[in-house]
Amino acid sequence: MKVVVTIVGQDRVGIIATVSRILAENNINILKINQTILDGFFNMVMIADMTESKVQLATLQQVLGETGNQMGLQMKAQHEDIFRSMHRI
Amino acid sequence: MFTIADIFETNRMIAENNLDVRTITLGISLRDCGHPDLKCFCDNIYEKITRTAENLVKTGEQIETEFGIPIINKRISVTPIAIAAESVKTDSYVPIAEALDRAAKAVGVNFIGGFSALVEKGYTKGDIILIKSIPEALATTERVCSSINLASTKTGINMDCVREMGEIVKKTAELTRDRDALGCAKLVIFANVPGDNPFMAGAFHGIGEPETVINVGVSGPGVVKRALEEVKGCDFSVVAETIKKTAFKITRTGQLVAQEASRRLGVPFGIVDLSLAPTPAVGDSVAYILEEMGIESCGAPGTTAALALLNDAVKKGGLMASSHVGGLSGAFIPVSEDAGMIAAVERGSLSLEKLEAMTCVCSVGLDMIAVPGDTTANTISAIIADEAAIGMINNKTTAVRIIPVPGKAVGDHVEFGGLLGHSPILAVNQFKADKFIARGGRIPAPIRSLTN
Repeated sequence: MKVVVTIVGQDRVGIIATVSRILAENNINILKINQTILDGFFNMVMIADMTESKVQLATLQQVLGETGNQMGLQMKAQHEDIFRSMHRI
Repeated sequence: MFTIADIFETNRMIAENNLDVRTITLGISLRDCGHPDLKCFCDNIYEKITRTAENLVKTGEQIETEFGIPIINKRISVTPIAIAAESVKTDSYVPIAEALDRAAKAVGVNFIGGFSALVEKGYTKGDIILIKSIPEALATTERVCSSINLASTKTGINMDCVREMGEIVKKTAELTRDRDALGCAKLVIFANVPGDNPFMAGAFHGIGEPETVINVGVSGPGVVKRALEEVKGCDFSVVAETIKKTAFKITRTGQLVAQEASRRLGVPFGIVDLSLAPTPAVGDSVAYILEEMGIESCGAPGTTAALALLNDAVKKGGLMASSHVGGLSGAFIPVSEDAGMIAAVERGSLSLEKLEAMTCVCSVGLDMIAVPGDTTANTISAIIADEAAIGMINNKTTAVRIIPVPGKAVGDHVEFGGLLGHSPILAVNQFKADKFIARGGRIPAPIRSLTN
């Protein structure tokens, strides 16, 4: 299963490092990263493969949510099918 | 692969424009629950509903979390009780409504629909008992919804039932007067009712449906309004195209959720209902879409044309996004559940008569209309007859969900709470139709029923 991780918020040092560490610790493989800074705001989309993951999606969502709160960022993980179904026929 | 813009567009629709899946509704046949003894019948339906729907809410919540799309309601529809309970030896179906209510609470759904009868051509014994039980059933239960189909294009209008339903609406209002006649918000009177509608209060499990089925209702007026903000001043071809594209995206979400729910619950997928269902939340209004098109205030001249375009474009866009489309499919215009409609009534731009005209071109009918408590049963019957006639002649579903609020008059306000919202009391024409309603009998099926 592939997930889409989105992160939005004020830019700061270590955002990608923090998220990458969480994913690596849970054996989730990053397939693609797309990141921009717009007017000081950090926007990132990461597509990751959870096939070999140690945790369920719900657990990952909880960890990212808590980490996001601590860093003042919105961090979400969603099943990729929501985007696939809406934007691809 | 999708782009970063696609991903942020989807999440903006959800976070800022109130995109959600309005309901996953599990239809359950109760036709194998028949028993002459009332208690045995109630036990049978309670056992079947709680067993079949055991994982409905949990599964809905899992899908919601995984995909990051809110699923507002998880609900159940059952075989019309007038059919399922026909062989029970009793003169009241109120205990059956109470059993449905207990089952709904046990599995954690907020509404269960199907305290219903299909009487467009006349009554059976079960239909008579069911209709007489409606006021007390809606007063003593919390989550049970009731609906009656009393007209169709194929059969005409059952005017005996039209007369009776005016009285039933009044009695339901009276028995729930301490809650501003909330019982009437759970009672829908239909013409051409579909058997696969996932939306309450009019959902029931139709007689041609399988043993169990998953039907999904989508929503997203806020998303359509936001899309139209990007095409200010453009002509109607652009407006229609914009709505179609947006409706396609909204419906794809519904289709995904429906397929996932079907797979995880092991229940066949029925239909996606292509409806724009508003809520009282700011930015989740159908009236605001019409106003975005250029109508100063909903109800002003031009409103019916704007709604016709919206309704048609939603269907065209949604149709290709789903493998099976059904239910009510169109824009809803419930007054108390739509912040823009409420504001339009308060401004004086939207009247009962204009709403009736709007029902000719949109999804359902006169929905969640609060009227003065002294509105007579015959006047309510006449309003029902008018809506049924629009449905019958135009070969479409129409419905009436009208709430004569005891003790309230024009200028007063009524609060139903939650998704049912709040509303000013609408004025009703004071001229009478008593002699018309007193005639009874059946209005014959129209010429367009003879299509063979």
